[in-house]
Amino acid sequence: MIQSKEIGRARRRIEGELKVTGQAKYAGEYQVPDLLHGYVVNATITKGRITSIDETAARAVPGVMEILHHERRLALPRFDIMYSDMDAPPGSPFRPLYDAKITFSGQPVALVVADTFEAARYAAALLNFTYEEVDFDVDLRANLEKAHKPAKGLATFIKPLPPNPRGDFSAAYADAEVRFEGEFHHASQHHNPLELFASTTVYEGPGKLTIYDKTQGTNNSQIYIANLFGLRFKDVRVIAPFVGGSFGSGLRPQYQLVMSVMAALTLKRNVRVTMDRSQMFTFGHRPETVQQTRFGATSDGELTAINHTAISETSSFEEYNEVVVNWGNMLYPAKNALLDYKIVPLDLYTPMDMRAPGGSTGMMAIETTIDQLADQLKMDPLEFRLRNYAERDVSADKPFSSKELRECYRQGAERFGWSDRHQEPRTNRRGNRLVGHGMSTGIWDVIALPGNASAKFTKKGRLIVKSAVTDNGQGTNTVMTQIAADQLGLPLEAVTFKYGKSKHPLSPVQGGSYTTGVIGSAVKLACLAVKNKLFKLAQIMDGFPLGDALPEDVDFIGGEIVLKQDPSVRIPLKDVIAFNRGKAVKASKSNIPNVFKLKQYTRAAHSAAFVEVEVDEQLGVVNVTRAVTAVAAGAIMNPQTARSQILGGMIWGISMALREETLLDTKLGKYVNTDLGEYHIPVHADIHELDVIFVEEKDEIINEIGAKGIGEIGLVSMAPAIVNAVYNATGKLVKVFPIKLGDLI
Amino acid sequence: MNNFKYLKADTPAAAIAAVADNAASNFVAGGTNLIDLWKYDLTHPDRLVDINGLSELKTITELPDGGLRLGALVSNAATAHHAIVRERYPLLSRAILAGATAQIRNSATNGGNLLQRTRCYYFYDAASPCNKRNPGSGCPAIEGHNRLHAILGYSQKCIAVFPSDMCVALAALEAVVQVAGPDGSREISFSDFHRLPGDHPERDNTLQPNELITSIDLPPTGFAPHHSYLKLRDRNSYAFALVSVATGFELENKTIKRARIALGGVAHQPWRVSAAEDLLVGKAPTAQSFGQAAGIILANAKGFGHNDFKIELARRAIIRNGLMALNPSSQRPGAQPSL
Amino acid sequence: MNSPPSATSHEVQLQINGKPAKLQLEPWVTLLDALRDHLDLTGSKKGCDHGQCGACTVICDGERILSCLTLGVMKNGSEITTIEGIAVEGEMHPLQKAFIDHDAFQCGYCTPGQICSGVALIAEGHAQTREEVKELMSGNLCRCGANTNIIDAIMEVKAGRYE
Repeated sequence: MIQSKEIGRARRRIEGELKVTGQAKYAGEYQVPDLLHGYVVNATITKGRITSIDETAARAVPGVMEILHHERRLALPRFDIMYSDMDAPPGSPFRPLYDAKITFSGQPVALVVADTFEAARYAAALLNFTYEEVDFDVDLRANLEKAHKPAKGLATFIKPLPPNPRGDFSAAYADAEVRFEGEFHHASQHHNPLELFASTTVYEGPGKLTIYDKTQGTNNSQIYIANLFGLRFKDVRVIAPFVGGSFGSGLRPQYQLVMSVMAALTLKRNVRVTMDRSQMFTFGHRPETVQQTRFGATSDGELTAINHTAISETSSFEEYNEVVVNWGNMLYPAKNALLDYKIVPLDLYTPMDMRAPGGSTGMMAIETTIDQLADQLKMDPLEFRLRNYAERDVSADKPFSSKELRECYRQGAERFGWSDRHQEPRTNRRGNRLVGHGMSTGIWDVIALPGNASAKFTKKGRLIVKSAVTDNGQGTNTVMTQIAADQLGLPLEAVTFKYGKSKHPLSPVQGGSYTTGVIGSAVKLACLAVKNKLFKLAQIMDGFPLGDALPEDVDFIGGEIVLKQDPSVRIPLKDVIAFNRGKAVKASKSNIPNVFKLKQYTRAAHSAAFVEVEVDEQLGVVNVTRAVTAVAAGAIMNPQTARSQILGGMIWGISMALREETLLDTKLGKYVNTDLGEYHIPVHADIHELDVIFVEEKDEIINEIGAKGIGEIGLVSMAPAIVNAVYNATGKLVKVFPIKLGDLI
Repeated sequence: MNNFKYLKADTPAAAIAAVADNAASNFVAGGTNLIDLWKYDLTHPDRLVDINGLSELKTITELPDGGLRLGALVSNAATAHHAIVRERYPLLSRAILAGATAQIRNSATNGGNLLQRTRCYYFYDAASPCNKRNPGSGCPAIEGHNRLHAILGYSQKCIAVFPSDMCVALAALEAVVQVAGPDGSREISFSDFHRLPGDHPERDNTLQPNELITSIDLPPTGFAPHHSYLKLRDRNSYAFALVSVATGFELENKTIKRARIALGGVAHQPWRVSAAEDLLVGKAPTAQSFGQAAGIILANAKGFGHNDFKIELARRAIIRNGLMALNPSSQRPGAQPSL
Repeated sequence: MNSPPSATSHEVQLQINGKPAKLQLEPWVTLLDALRDHLDLTGSKKGCDHGQCGACTVICDGERILSCLTLGVMKNGSEITTIEGIAVEGEMHPLQKAFIDHDAFQCGYCTPGQICSGVALIAEGHAQTREEVKELMSGNLCRCGANTNIIDAIMEVKAGRYE
């Protein structure tokens, strides 16, 4: 084992200065010569077809260069497979500008290209479409009987469908001495990263493009665009050095990318297309979901029966799925479990993974149901969870690769002061405010995927590591640099991580909390390969200073190879490169998961959130006054950036429980609060004391670096803990989320 | 988002003449609402007449009767932080600071605050029907998402609400709006300034075309000892009121001598019912008294589904805010509930 | 990229980050688009273009404003400080340093607006308590959830720990 100097050490973000001084450039900010600006026009109907397009007024705006739409566009492929991408669910992906058919409100129908942003925007407003409208249906709750199981595909490999029933739920539920049955609902939510989706396409000559794209996967955009426009992969360079948040919205290429490329290829010019904020509500989103739970327990608190059903929306053209119901029986070893997940096609765009997809939805129902049972049992909800602690994942009949959830409970409860909680609701007050304490468990899969990285040690003594992966704010740049530095015993300053370019070694899309594990493992393997090569060179250096030392006989420290037995024997790595005639030492590695080993285990990160709320008794105003989340997620690469990730997840939990939802007008067939004024994400005044604990957890099974990932785990436990705390404060269980002003009066 | 011409005016008379000269001209001051509406393709000015150079409208001056004149072009922030406003009209200061954000309040002017348009979702979507924006096209809010919408004073044509916080306090303070037009100046009492939608929801107020607000005049009394502004909304800041209440009263021998209560977020104009204010005279400032006043204010309130909760919430808010007014120092940033 | 004069355009002189800038702007160009598209000062961010996120916050004549809700022509003669001008002669402003130390950003997109807003907030002097700072910073949204770190950074600078 190498000695960790950087891994596990709090480090400031390497790109921090660029971000705080305004020098960090995002996709829509590259000043390239003779840039043209595109503005997208969206359909104003929900379903039907375009019958005519009047371009007259739009073309008359000075500066307008081109108007693209289904009747005036480059050739596009005929087969669905050519429109697929790394995160496409089974079905027929949306084809921008393909034909006259309208399948959802806000569908992009045209692009106006002009010499200024303002001219394109004005002309876009003047482009006149007439439509033939047909009846549409966007109402999930009115169509629950149309629900069906999602089709199997690549998506269901990463996001598995529910396991088969275990035991006899009906009999066990009937026999249960304590039961809770509930129906839970939440509306759609949109990712709304602060950066608007944008692509700047640089026309480099026939068939050659450089694209600055807002994405979570440079290779995903590259392959997609090459397929769509019949270009060679190597001629499509996608660059995404800074990405202003994404939270899942960049897992699939969005339509501004297609449009900017089509315009660039059509006009043989450089073209930027940036969405506006309302257009950020015209693609993927967290699906509206209706859930039902029926859990039963014995009078001494043994959970015996779990039934959890979820029905979510999907589009008319793709079968989106997420893991909503699988978690309950992974966490609580009831012998009888009946889990079901279905989708209903509606005239909306296909949903898309949004931070902690499925898990955050499911846990809202599971963990509030667990608390309701504890309440009926007059048992402390933490004690009830410990009474039903799963030492093994009974739902899959596998051991956990590691599971320090018990320690999360213990440390979280202690830090929070859980023992002061009032078991009886409505008994804890501060002035006009009711005080409530609530908790919840969190769980998130450790996903294993292949990923690639290269490493190079140069004659200047620098280690250059590359991967096509993006850093959308998670801290990937800093963490990969730390991982790389440790492999060769280098200081952080001697390492550069190059990322966010499709030409670098292939990476899966950044998401699912797996990036640190997947790319971090590849980085480690590539650096170890370089280390090994350096050692082999050193072994044959003139004079054989290392003698017949084996790799385990030396340390790589501070840019030198040091003989453990006699630290006076040291070879500077620069000398090794000099011996190599000044040639850098390079290696590329793939991290290929050992599926045979991995599939023997259930692999998951865990968390426990403890929350205090104050609820104004008369006015129903809720504040999360303080919260502690304890996380067991394997090795923590950088406690500072990791803490920020968990804090972010907790704030998303506050938002899910108390703030955000996209309002769908089922009569008009469209979302109505499509701006940041009425789509409420938390403001600073909403956020009070938040605390994070990382519980020590070792896991040598999951991947090379033992990191489980932390992007989602802070969110999944937070929202239900708030709902439980509100119940503890008020005695009211709200099952329609978010809890809004007016729900508690 | 159409193209338009731009003219910077030097004097009020020149500004008024310029707007009168071109029917599709608009005054622009802070621009925080007008530019927003223009970008959403909801308003289509042919020319913007920039009045930011009219320095005579940029001052706050004391009036001979003991009142205070707030220049129409003084920013909301400068007004809220003005020493005399803070000392004598703290209700106004608190209401202003509960609205929008620090950045917007720095740009937004007092005159513009009175003229802001509703935040109804359907008004803001150019592709949706809306009687306010496109008379006769219909009102999808009545059967649609109407959480933000009116419970009082609505019509069958429009259930939108007026979104200002500042104006709720100005209504309670009984301010007077001074306006100048092509035919000279006139004053409009605050209660006559904003109108109910009736059959003409496209008209928000009684300002005539080409008229320019020059100042807002406050009367001598400002309820400094006993006032409170309470704003209830979907997040703690940076959101429009679902219900807000401005309360001010004068006490004599522990009973109310004079009281003013205005509600925001519930109607097409700041909502006052003088019978309720009269009822409080001679009563002790208790939850019971304020509850009786609330009963009168909300007697005819009706919800449209998503906003039904506002009726009970407004009743409770009136009571709470009355009690908060007894102890103004307890009030919190953002006009959040205290006590 | 500077546009040539046209029948409708206006000459606009600004003092930006201490340097004069002369622009020929159409009336319908917002200050934000003038900064980003005409002056390549892309540090001021467009997150909503409607005054609902705060990412475009700049300091204009000493006051923080939203550059997306004002027109370039309306600011003729103004002094404007953008995020690119917050550091002085290569030395970062204390709040910029505090943001790095407190990890007060993740993706970095709201950051310039948060910092411009925070610098102005400190200068305004209206906010003393943490609760007041949170209220007066609420015009700047952060979607990554760096809220507590942002407020920590501002409180530290306000307390003089970065002098």
